[in-house]
Amino acid sequence: MDETLAVDLRQITKQFGTTLANDHVNFQVRKGEIHALLGENGAGKSTVMCMLSGVYRPTSGEILLNGAVARIHSPKDAVKLGVGMVFQNFRLVPSLTAAENIVLGETHQVWRTKAWMARKTAEIEALATRFGLPFNAGRQVWQLSVGEQQRVEIVKTLYRGAELIILDEPTSVLTPGEADQLFVTLQQLRSEGKTVILTTHKLKEVMAVADRISVMRKGKMLATLDRSATDEREVARLMVGQDRQEPRPRKARLKGPTLLDMRNLVVIGDHGRHALEDFHMTIHEGEIVGIAGVAGNGQKELAEVLAGLRMWKSGTITFRDTKWKGASVRHSIESGISHVPENRMKSGLAGSLGSVDNLLVKSYRTPARSKMGFLRHAENRLWSQGLVEQFDVKTAHLDAPVHHMSGGNQQKLLFAREIHQRPHLMVAVHPSQGLDVGATDGVHNLLMTLRDEGKSVLLISEDLDELLLLSDRIVVLFGGRVMGEVTHDAADREHLGMMMAGVV
Amino acid sequence: MNQRGKFRLEIDPSGKESPWWVTVLAVVLAFGLVAVFIAATGKNPGAVYAKMLGGAFGTEFGLTETLVKAIPLMLCGLGVSLAYRIQVWNIGAEGQFVAGALAATAVTIYLPGLPFWIALPLMLTVGMLAGAVWGLFTALPKVLFNVNELIISLMLNYVALLALDFFVFGPWRDPAGMNFPGTRPFTAEESLPVLGATRLHFGLILGLLAVALAAAFVKTTRWGYELRLIGANPEAARHAGINIRGHIVVVMLLSGGLAGIAGMAEVSGVTHRLLYGISPGYGYTAIIVAWIARLNPFGIVVSAVLFGGLIVGGYSVQTLGLPSSISSLLQGSVLFFLIAGSILGKVRVRWN
Amino acid sequence: MELITQLLIAAMAAGTPLLFATLGGILVERSGIIQLGTEGLMLMGAVTAAMTFLATASLPLTVLMVLLVTGLMGAFHAFLTVTLRANQIVSGLAMTLFGAGLSAYLGKKITGIPLQGAVPKIDLGWLDPVPILGPVLGHLDVFTWASLVLVVLMTLYLYHTSWGLHLRAVGDNPATADVMGIRVQVFRYGCVILGSMLMGLGGANLLMVFSPTWIEGMTAGRGWIAIALIIFARWNPLYALAAAYFFGLLDSLGFRLQLAGSPIPPYFLKMIPYLLTIAVLIFVGWRTKHKLSGSPMALGVPYIREQRF
Repeated sequence: MDETLAVDLRQITKQFGTTLANDHVNFQVRKGEIHALLGENGAGKSTVMCMLSGVYRPTSGEILLNGAVARIHSPKDAVKLGVGMVFQNFRLVPSLTAAENIVLGETHQVWRTKAWMARKTAEIEALATRFGLPFNAGRQVWQLSVGEQQRVEIVKTLYRGAELIILDEPTSVLTPGEADQLFVTLQQLRSEGKTVILTTHKLKEVMAVADRISVMRKGKMLATLDRSATDEREVARLMVGQDRQEPRPRKARLKGPTLLDMRNLVVIGDHGRHALEDFHMTIHEGEIVGIAGVAGNGQKELAEVLAGLRMWKSGTITFRDTKWKGASVRHSIESGISHVPENRMKSGLAGSLGSVDNLLVKSYRTPARSKMGFLRHAENRLWSQGLVEQFDVKTAHLDAPVHHMSGGNQQKLLFAREIHQRPHLMVAVHPSQGLDVGATDGVHNLLMTLRDEGKSVLLISEDLDELLLLSDRIVVLFGGRVMGEVTHDAADREHLGMMMAGVV
Repeated sequence: MNQRGKFRLEIDPSGKESPWWVTVLAVVLAFGLVAVFIAATGKNPGAVYAKMLGGAFGTEFGLTETLVKAIPLMLCGLGVSLAYRIQVWNIGAEGQFVAGALAATAVTIYLPGLPFWIALPLMLTVGMLAGAVWGLFTALPKVLFNVNELIISLMLNYVALLALDFFVFGPWRDPAGMNFPGTRPFTAEESLPVLGATRLHFGLILGLLAVALAAAFVKTTRWGYELRLIGANPEAARHAGINIRGHIVVVMLLSGGLAGIAGMAEVSGVTHRLLYGISPGYGYTAIIVAWIARLNPFGIVVSAVLFGGLIVGGYSVQTLGLPSSISSLLQGSVLFFLIAGSILGKVRVRWN
Repeated sequence: MELITQLLIAAMAAGTPLLFATLGGILVERSGIIQLGTEGLMLMGAVTAAMTFLATASLPLTVLMVLLVTGLMGAFHAFLTVTLRANQIVSGLAMTLFGAGLSAYLGKKITGIPLQGAVPKIDLGWLDPVPILGPVLGHLDVFTWASLVLVVLMTLYLYHTSWGLHLRAVGDNPATADVMGIRVQVFRYGCVILGSMLMGLGGANLLMVFSPTWIEGMTAGRGWIAIALIIFARWNPLYALAAAYFFGLLDSLGFRLQLAGSPIPPYFLKMIPYLLTIAVLIFVGWRTKHKLSGSPMALGVPYIREQRF
């Protein structure tokens, strides 16, 4: 038995229905190191982490912690064994205070008196200060920023005595500045003897902070490397299975006339605050404009305004030389704006319906699809069949519920529907989220084709690589305002990061 | 769930609709459960069920009675099924039914002596409108203030039933009725035509017509498509520019209107007067009728006949000294087993 | 003074069955499960109480039977909704229809037989000199006292114990509660069963204290009113007390007007609680249109641990 290993996974397999999320994975983490688990979306990283923290149980295989076989049947077991997990979607109860969230699950103290809570709050604040993780413990979690909520999560694991801290995609919600701060914290944790595992698909972070790197692809563990003995290129090759492809050749842009012009736009968000403030943007025909920014800085509201789902408070929107009077989804659809929403199963597709009904969503009112209020049943099936074939959507049959399809096929179906509209402007929000490498490429190709045909795309993404790859211009949003704008050729990662953090 | 056992149950929510035999099994199990209660009161369940079956379907009289009861169930069940399609939980068919019956009777009270070709269409129209308005009372708070429609529609049932009591005990009571809580009998001009020499009335044709129309419209029209989309994913429907609130209002108008027609048909075709307790809970049974048919319009015809038979069978066992509420007990049990069954059909047992 | 005292007594008498049912509903919904079977459970509670008491004349045995029967029904709802993740609304509706049918069936033989001297009062006559409240509190029956104690216990439990904090977490965010080592399913089962028992007690209280004769459908929609009161009370036991007594007051006011020979027909007076329920719901809906209603955030959403993210 190797006492120096904090974690030792042996031949771990995890199956979900018919899909194999982990295929005989071996994974070793040494005590007191920062270990990065790297892989594309869907490579099986999160599954590994969830098994370590007791959310899932392996279908077969063994988990050893500190050299001993560990039976992790529930999150409670994991906590007892000193494993603390910080999930990508934070596991916090928004209506409770930070301190209440941290003491949640303690049962030996039956009565929660004021004095007891005060003592606990002090204890928590001391812990937070020691590791450089400041937040207001007495506030309700929904009032804290995302960065603060993450700190609450880390302190929560420390409070519960975690020796091994697992962070699942910790930087996906942070600004580059906040991410840097997180890395300092992680090093602090290491110096106190804690072991840290983080999952990510961002190479740069891995090289900046990890001691060792393990790479997964398609449910398999490929290799574990010392950071000092490898380079970005090798890791990237392992991760995607080939050399990271060169940027695709871009056709010269035919800069057309102005398509969309938004001026002095003020939009109120869900909670009454200003989501967009004095917002300006123009989009020309035949270009892809990327919107960069950390989630929650007005991107969602911008997309909703264009899709006709949200009214703006003041300012003007001019689309194809017509000034908009108000928000109307039908008007947006009819004037040639298509919308690939952020969460395709939540708002894009109706999971229990088949392909035909899902393809009809945007076009069922047109004369080609219905007549006098009656749908043209036979024509629509034929038309759907054509689209499904054209966009290479793999489905059992046209009436099979779309929630049976893979994410990539769902996205293809959604794109088939939206592109078929012959849009002048496509608003695509996180279009490649949750897709594997091949499907992502497919989506990127579709967007580039649209652009080359002289159509325009507004690409909202949190993936800087995607934005840099596709956009002719990138507009950076921070706090609902435009922080700046860069062209494709002049785009610089560091500079964009600074703008996303609201620094310049 | 059963994390520690050797095997565990997993539910595949994306599983196909449960097969038809689950419905049959649910009905069988419900009868089995109620048999226990019957046996507990010292009766022989087999004999009781035989009597019920015979009473409901065994004689020509029983069969026509069953069909007579199936008419309101069909209309109300179709109405609530439209609402359930878009996840509007209308449980107010009872009140909408009573509203329709009240309005149709009002025509006979305040405009007596009309010829049939005016009286009947007028009664049908006001009955339908009254039901629709009763449905609207549920829809408006929902779309304007996001108020839970379940509670509102149920509260309105009680209001409608009290209004019924007021009229039959009060201003509309038949002076020649010896204090009987009911209105004067309708004239022949105010009564729906019957089919042949039976008690079966024109309402059956109305019901079947409504079912056929609803089935056709839901399947082939843009409106039906929009309902389908709202039912499957309201958020996606919103992204398609569909006015969900408008649909809720329209569907509740239709839902209430159909129940209102049922109420009109009941007073004009069956009882020929408005009575205290005009409905033996048709509106509630309709919920089960719609559910057991999985909201399918033609399925509703079948389940309406079955439950009509259950009501008639319930009456027929009263001679055995059993309360007729045995049929409502059976109804509740069927729904229970149906829910459990439709989920259990998706359960897979996995061995660890 | 005299009038206020009398009204208060009447409001408590009519409000206590509602209070039991509302507290039960709050407990169930706090765990994130909807229980629309309240009406059926109250009816079953009432008929069980009537049958047991007529047979045994023992109050403890009666209460025990009520708890047993409605607890079993609650367990069934929990099995359907927590374990099988069935549609909570339909399961609750089924329970209401089933409860109505079964109670009518079982109660046929005892319909109209009055119960006598069923529930003892706790005589605190020395309180009488205290203005207004003295005569009210001095002669309450055990059910009413039990409901008051329950309000205090539930308030303490929800807001001042660790277990209460856990329950709030289960209702708001079960996934988080789960990773914090809280047994979500255990809490949900426990709350659904206990809450259903309280609904049953509400029915028993209605029968044994308020109108001591079993009649088919005697709850007359009180179960549904209790469901509305949960929303009105913002899932808070203390507010539930106020809401239930307010409804009790209006209910008894209608009855008093009827006795006093009001020109309004009794049928319209009887509509008051139902119309008021609608009015209250509209008011709450209008007031919370752009705010949080205080509803548990995961209400009605089944929780499954092994879920792909």
